[in-house]
Amino acid sequence: MSDNHKKDVDHISGVETTGHEWDGLKELNNPLPKWWLNVFYLCILWAVGYWVIYPSWPLISGYTSGVMGYSQRADARAAYEEGIAARAEFADKIVAADLSEIESTPTLLEFAQANGAAAFGDNCAPCHGSGATGAEGFPNLQDDTWIWGGTLEDIHTTLLYGIRSGHDEARVGEMPAFGRDELLSREEITQVANFVASKTGLEPEAGADLAAGETLYADNCAACHGEDLTGMQEVGAPSLMSANYLYGKSVAAIKAQVTNPRNGVMPAWTGRLDEATIKSLAVYVHSFGGGQ
Amino acid sequence: MVTLEEGLFAGFLALLTFACLIVAGKTHEGVMTFHALIGALAAGAGVFMIFNSYFNSDTSGPVPQEIDGKPNYNMGPVKFGTVAAMFWGIAGFLVGLIIALQLAFPALNFDLPWTNFGRLRPLHTSAVIFAFGGNVLLATSFYVVQRTCRARLPGKVMPWFVMLGYNVFIVIAGTGYLLGATQGKEYAEPEWYADLWLTIVWVFYLLTFLGTLWKRKEPHIYVANWFYLAFIVTIAVLHITNNLTIPVSVFGLKSYIVWSGVQDAMVQWWYGHNAVGFFLTAGFLAIMYYFVPKRAERPVYSYRLSIVHFWALIFIYIWAGPHHLHYTALPQWASTLGATFSVILWMPSWGGMINGLMTLSGAWDKLRTDPVLRMLVVSVAFYGMSTFEGPLMSVRAVNSLSHYTDWTIGHVHSGALGWVGYISFGALYCLVPWLWNKKSLYSLKLVNLHFWVSTIGIVLYITAMWVSGIMQGLMWRAYDSLGFLEYSFIETVEAMFPFYVIRALGGGLFLLGALIMAYNLWMTVKAGEPAEAEAPATGTLAAAE
Repeated sequence: MSDNHKKDVDHISGVETTGHEWDGLKELNNPLPKWWLNVFYLCILWAVGYWVIYPSWPLISGYTSGVMGYSQRADARAAYEEGIAARAEFADKIVAADLSEIESTPTLLEFAQANGAAAFGDNCAPCHGSGATGAEGFPNLQDDTWIWGGTLEDIHTTLLYGIRSGHDEARVGEMPAFGRDELLSREEITQVANFVASKTGLEPEAGADLAAGETLYADNCAACHGEDLTGMQEVGAPSLMSANYLYGKSVAAIKAQVTNPRNGVMPAWTGRLDEATIKSLAVYVHSFGGGQ
Repeated sequence: MVTLEEGLFAGFLALLTFACLIVAGKTHEGVMTFHALIGALAAGAGVFMIFNSYFNSDTSGPVPQEIDGKPNYNMGPVKFGTVAAMFWGIAGFLVGLIIALQLAFPALNFDLPWTNFGRLRPLHTSAVIFAFGGNVLLATSFYVVQRTCRARLPGKVMPWFVMLGYNVFIVIAGTGYLLGATQGKEYAEPEWYADLWLTIVWVFYLLTFLGTLWKRKEPHIYVANWFYLAFIVTIAVLHITNNLTIPVSVFGLKSYIVWSGVQDAMVQWWYGHNAVGFFLTAGFLAIMYYFVPKRAERPVYSYRLSIVHFWALIFIYIWAGPHHLHYTALPQWASTLGATFSVILWMPSWGGMINGLMTLSGAWDKLRTDPVLRMLVVSVAFYGMSTFEGPLMSVRAVNSLSHYTDWTIGHVHSGALGWVGYISFGALYCLVPWLWNKKSLYSLKLVNLHFWVSTIGIVLYITAMWVSGIMQGLMWRAYDSLGFLEYSFIETVEAMFPFYVIRALGGGLFLLGALIMAYNLWMTVKAGEPAEAEAPATGTLAAAE
């Protein structure tokens, strides 16, 4: 203001300007709003209070730890342990009980259902769907088609060790690649696929040689999928009479699977989820209505 | 005669063309070849433009600083930045709409790497922040610093080098994301060579700006210029520190950052938060301090407030970064410190809002008749809202609910669409008639339409994200009576679907508003009535009447 001694007053507000002008812009000489300054001081005061109470300022080695001795990490650990302890009573009982006992004891069943539902949503739903109805390549757990068995024990074993998961105890079964490995010719695959289709309620392709297909089926497929096409759960050979096919139910899909089969993988959950949770999941999945 | 400046720039760009061609020939990576060729083409074009202007201009040698006693302002780069801002803005809003729709309807990822959400998301954020926002800042800062200093930008080539060089950086960064080149740091995704180029451009930006201040004919430096200068200097420091990477090879994309582990995270969010603080706050406050009083034709409310809140803002903002890392491996003391400084920051931030809003005292009636001023004022209101929400969310107790949820997205967009978007739109609506010597905008009715369409868009956007974010946070932390999580993650995603759709609708309206604006500006340039000789308002203040 030293360069401008003439007072310049803004007529609308009656406030003096600073006397400078840039490209037509001026500034009024208003003081700081009181409330603004007070809230600013209050915020600083609040921050100082916070610094006194909580760990906040770094020192040469270490930091100011705050008068409450509060530690976020210790807090989280305590909350975690509290959670585990709260569940321990039932979780221990679940571990000790056998599967059918869990299902027949209402308190244990309720706990297993809650535990199973929580674990299913975050671990199983990505493949099997949040409604457990599966998707192509991922079995529907609501229906009564069970590739590796639908009893409590079967489901539990599948959960523990998985399917072709690489675990030593994993369920392993492999459909041979009849087409890719040239075990059957393209024509033979057409015949056998049409035979299977004709048996399982699909319309076979026009002019398909079903009799040749039947012979081929008996020679190549029946050992695992059974004379009556109902499959064999011990080796994970699905029933071909089922309404739901894992990789699609059509003549073309059957041909594709015989030619170049997909052998899907389910992970082993032992070691990833605790024992009580895996048992709970078995009970939970078994309860869907398709369990055997 | 070729000036020394022209010679040096031509020599540097010629060398750069040569270096880019060598890299293009030697690299084994497709993206690098592509970028080196863009670099060679751009640098080669630069050499051509320098000589072209030399051989085609009637007056060689230095440009006259004054013509007929009036400053001979250099508005070419400002015009370029204005057009670029509008172009990148629409591109950025469009990509934002696409990714918003992808979240609601994942099939729109099309199973292609280039259209995948993961690549389009940084394209959106960089396009709106750095391409749109950056060009608005470059254009307005070059305009404001010249007018408030009554001095021409220094150099013949330098301002153009800054403006064009910055846009080359944007092309390299954007195409890099689409092709999968990223160093994986949020808001700092471009790889080392793009960072290096931006550093060079930015140093010349600083020199151009400082040079103009140095040459000023006004005894004092106007407040807008303090904010611009703080923005330019701090962004340089942040950019360099957060991108201290060592390339595996000069012929390859990959580089490694010198920081490790939690220190890297801390540096990243010190950068990330201050990109908000200095790019999106300080820089745009500079725009506010010029365009609001200019458009309202009123003096700035309080000089003292502008000084106090300026220094408080820049000293305190720089501490607030750790609030992005609550409940992580970051030590608790750092997180506390970040949160408390964020709360202290509340009033310094609001100082700008008060100065912006109170500048209108005596001119509130203009809000009824001038939709451009209304846009500027509403932007200041959004600024006030998001700078209150920010400190609130930085407190650990609130953050434990809000962090990682859509609430953060809502908060960011109330600032980005409301504050940064509207203050930029307001500034562009002012600038275009001034720069192209037009009496006024083509249509104030269209500005009004733009205002309402995009305001509805913003309201839909942020309310959808608040509801969805708070719901998401509450669902994540809900336990049943037996101590198990009530909801699986996928259930929270399903619950957010309707809000994702509403958000996309809001974003669509915002984009529509920008298209209306682009049409209006285009028609202003093409068909606007020419202004009288003394075109850019020489500012007789209403007060002085």
